Amino acid sequence: MAPRLDVRKTYKLFVNGEFVRSESGRAYRPVAGVNVPRASRKDLRDAVRAARTAFDGWAGRTATNRGQILYRAAEMLDGRRLQFIQELGGGKPAGREVDAAVEALVWYAGWTDKLAQVAGTVNPVAGPYFNFTIPEPTGVVGVVATETPALLGLVRGIAPALAGGNVVVALASESRPLPALTLAEVLATSDFPPGVVNVLTGQRKELLPWLGAHMDVNAIDAAGCTAEELAAAQEAAAGNVKRVVAHRNGELSPSAITDLMEMKTVWHPIGT
Amino acid sequence: MEPRSGRWFPTINPATEEQLSEVSEALKADVDRAVTAAASAQESWGRLKPSRRARYIFRISRLLQERSRELAVVESLDGGKPIKESRDVDIPLAAAHFFYYAGWADKLEWAFPNRRPRPVGVCGQVIPWNFPLLMLAWKIAPALAAGNTVVLKPAETTPLSALLFAEICQQADLPPGVVNIITGAGKTGSLLVSHPDVKKVAFTGSTEVGKLIQKAVAGTGKHLSLELGGKAANIVFDDAPLDQAVEGIINGIFFNQGHVCCAGSRLLVQESVAELLLAKLRDRVDTLRVGDPLDKNTDVGAINSRAQLEKIQGLVESGLEEGAEIYQPPCELPAKGFWFRPTIFTNVSQSHRIAREEIFGPVLSVLTFRTPAEAVEKANNTPYGLSAGVWTEKGSRILWMTERLRAGVVWANTYNRFDPTSPFGGYKESGFGREGGLHGLLPYLGLN
Amino acid sequence: MATAPSLLHLGSLMGGVRSVDQVAVEERAASLGKRSIKKASKVWALELAIRMMDLTTLEGADTPGKVAALCGKAIRPDPTDHSVPSVAAVCLYPSLIAQAVQHLRGTTVKVASVATSFPSGQTFTTVKVTETREAVAAGADEIDMVIDRGAFLSGGYQKVYDEIVRIKEACGSAHLKVILETGELGSYDNVRRASILAMAAGADFIKTSTGKIQPAATPAVTLVMMEAVRDFHRETGRNVGLKAAGGIRTAKQAVQYLVLLYETLGPDWMTPNRFRLGASSLLNDVLMQLAREKTGAYQSAD
Repeated sequence: MAPRLDVRKTYKLFVNGEFVRSESGRAYRPVAGVNVPRASRKDLRDAVRAARTAFDGWAGRTATNRGQILYRAAEMLDGRRLQFIQELGGGKPAGREVDAAVEALVWYAGWTDKLAQVAGTVNPVAGPYFNFTIPEPTGVVGVVATETPALLGLVRGIAPALAGGNVVVALASESRPLPALTLAEVLATSDFPPGVVNVLTGQRKELLPWLGAHMDVNAIDAAGCTAEELAAAQEAAAGNVKRVVAHRNGELSPSAITDLMEMKTVWHPIGT
Repeated sequence: MEPRSGRWFPTINPATEEQLSEVSEALKADVDRAVTAAASAQESWGRLKPSRRARYIFRISRLLQERSRELAVVESLDGGKPIKESRDVDIPLAAAHFFYYAGWADKLEWAFPNRRPRPVGVCGQVIPWNFPLLMLAWKIAPALAAGNTVVLKPAETTPLSALLFAEICQQADLPPGVVNIITGAGKTGSLLVSHPDVKKVAFTGSTEVGKLIQKAVAGTGKHLSLELGGKAANIVFDDAPLDQAVEGIINGIFFNQGHVCCAGSRLLVQESVAELLLAKLRDRVDTLRVGDPLDKNTDVGAINSRAQLEKIQGLVESGLEEGAEIYQPPCELPAKGFWFRPTIFTNVSQSHRIAREEIFGPVLSVLTFRTPAEAVEKANNTPYGLSAGVWTEKGSRILWMTERLRAGVVWANTYNRFDPTSPFGGYKESGFGREGGLHGLLPYLGLN
Repeated sequence: MATAPSLLHLGSLMGGVRSVDQVAVEERAASLGKRSIKKASKVWALELAIRMMDLTTLEGADTPGKVAALCGKAIRPDPTDHSVPSVAAVCLYPSLIAQAVQHLRGTTVKVASVATSFPSGQTFTTVKVTETREAVAAGADEIDMVIDRGAFLSGGYQKVYDEIVRIKEACGSAHLKVILETGELGSYDNVRRASILAMAAGADFIKTSTGKIQPAATPAVTLVMMEAVRDFHRETGRNVGLKAAGGIRTAKQAVQYLVLLYETLGPDWMTPNRFRLGASSLLNDVLMQLAREKTGAYQSAD
């Protein structure tokens, strides 16, 4: 009997809830024998547009609903644990990375409906006014994932951004893009509305300047940037005063969520 | 002390164009000296028992209260704002701000449990000319409470109250180097924010300069908070308490001559009530008293500087050219000094410059809307996102609007209220970071 | 003269009576209270306050002797300074009208009488109408009626309206001031609603209080009524006057009311025909301050 001829996977970008090739038709081969789409600035533009369109809907979801969808992503990820371990090169470190990624999704899923209670305040102003401050999502967040860990770095970027109600355009690890594209399949089956999270692969050098300078991106999580890339992103960010954050220590922290949020303060008189 | 630069510049009274005094211009050697002083003081100030830090800050607050009359007069002389406002708003709020943050100094661990708060280091702070002492308080109070030392540069047109504040720090026996005040213009500010020993930069001012600063600190690892421009919508629905809304509109745009980043400079009024509201608004504008800032009855004082006056004039010209209709009350203006009549533009469309650009003067642009959704869309149609106002009696509509307005401060059925406990700061190109309240500590702390 | 028997003709005005934001209106009133008045204006303001004053006595113990003294004071408030003007009116109970008329004949001082079972108003409409007629017949130039707060607070706006219409008819040529008794209305929204209702029913003046209930006149409540007067004028073209009464004891307070008036209704209302201050003890303080302004020395309270 002839050996099984496997059906190989075509890796694609994840934009607006769909798996697409790069509009440029380009690909690169970071892994032997695998063609990975090399996103162009136009793919980036499309991703940002899709994210912006999805923003109001996602931000308007109830916090608990966002938490359930993130938790669903943890379920989907856990269910494909072996596949991810294989894509991460196998072995115990890969197993630990997948487990940590699942844990991050579960941890941030649990934050969605608690964040306002921890990060918000009622402010006792000196006058007849009720005054409160609540966290709100900042908008479209560009996530630059770490090269390694390729899966965990990406999850640590997108989970807190999504938990806060932001929408995401993520640049995957350039050298190890496969876990990111498989993660996109996880996200695609987790009930995120189209466009809420978009995953691009390709050359960071090519995409980062466009992301940093994009006038409709509100913040960048630059955890995966080198010092030079970070400086360049920060400089480009000044174009529309976007905030650039870089959580490098890898700890799970509510700061990772609130750093991508705006604080809105509301005043109203108290009277009859 | 005398500047090493050996250079001085005049500061004038914008209501008379008379010179008030000469102020030193800090250049490289002076900025170095100030930052070095702050850096040397940082270690001991940061380690000082927090309750002792609190006491110094409390002292400052009390001294501000004791010297409030003097400070109010200086503020109005140097900046042109009505004494009514410096007396009732600027100075009391500045003192309250120090009092509020003094209490935080020894409670940071309770503010951020499990987060191990620690000072960020020397803060380089640059503030604008519209609320000189109040902006100083917003910058210095949380910085000191968090255990940082500061070098602060007031605006070149309004340096005097900051120099009085330096004297107050001496009176409070604040350890040398903890607070340093340097005076000068843009060049001084640029030297300060790009000084390598400055660990945190805080800036309040125009979006244009804010972007330059953001670029300047890119890649340096410095912490940054920015409180920039605005073009706030003040939205009036047809069920609003109209007479109070009129007061809110007046206060929103003519408070401090409109030199307010959160000024309600775009009035969005529901069409069904527009005619009535505008009639009331014109009547009310007619009663505004424009003139001598030191007269207790003055509502609108002098424009801060000739340059600002020219900017306002230019934008008002553009409004006329683009076809908007102007209304100005027939009040008399003093012969000398920088003055501008309270101005209301109607027939304004969203594409007009006066509806898009921050004028930073007593100029209101009126637009209309039909539905709540249209109001939100128009309100958010700006690169800024500092503040917004909503006037309606319907509670559910207030909350619906509040959820959708992309602005850091929403005043519902009120406008231009400030309090030390209340965080202030913007979305989008209005900046990031908050000043005031618990959140106002965050830019000045490192957290785990 | 508005005497239509129904609210229907008010249309949007009644249906759309706007609410009032308490915090904002109180802040506005307080900020106007901080206005400083220059010396020249101060003498003018104090004399205007006298000319606008309804010098009042509304005690069970009022006697003809007290009325005589009151009228004397009303005509010539400061016997030592003839430049001080007379007050606008004396305000008293109906049984004392005749005495007052006698004392005030030939002067500019009007006789104002409370009526309609003042201060509670809790009697039969027919009795109120009769009392009003008799008061006018006795020589009252002005009638200060109270609205039926019970009816108002239970939603009986039509009843309140009809009663004002009937009292207005009974007044004939006498001027009608309608007391809202704002201290019993519970909110600024109600004050505004009652103001519009009273004006629509034909009031020549609307008046804050009886003086028998606390709080009586406050700057904020008076401001709300001034705003209603302004809106009513804008909508109908009719000028309605306003009377602040109760709790106004010092010249400083009186001047603050004049500032409120000027800033809200403008110079057209700065006349006794459109504004009154109802007070029993205010006059003495105003005279003291006037003397202080004229002589430069503080005066003894005696």
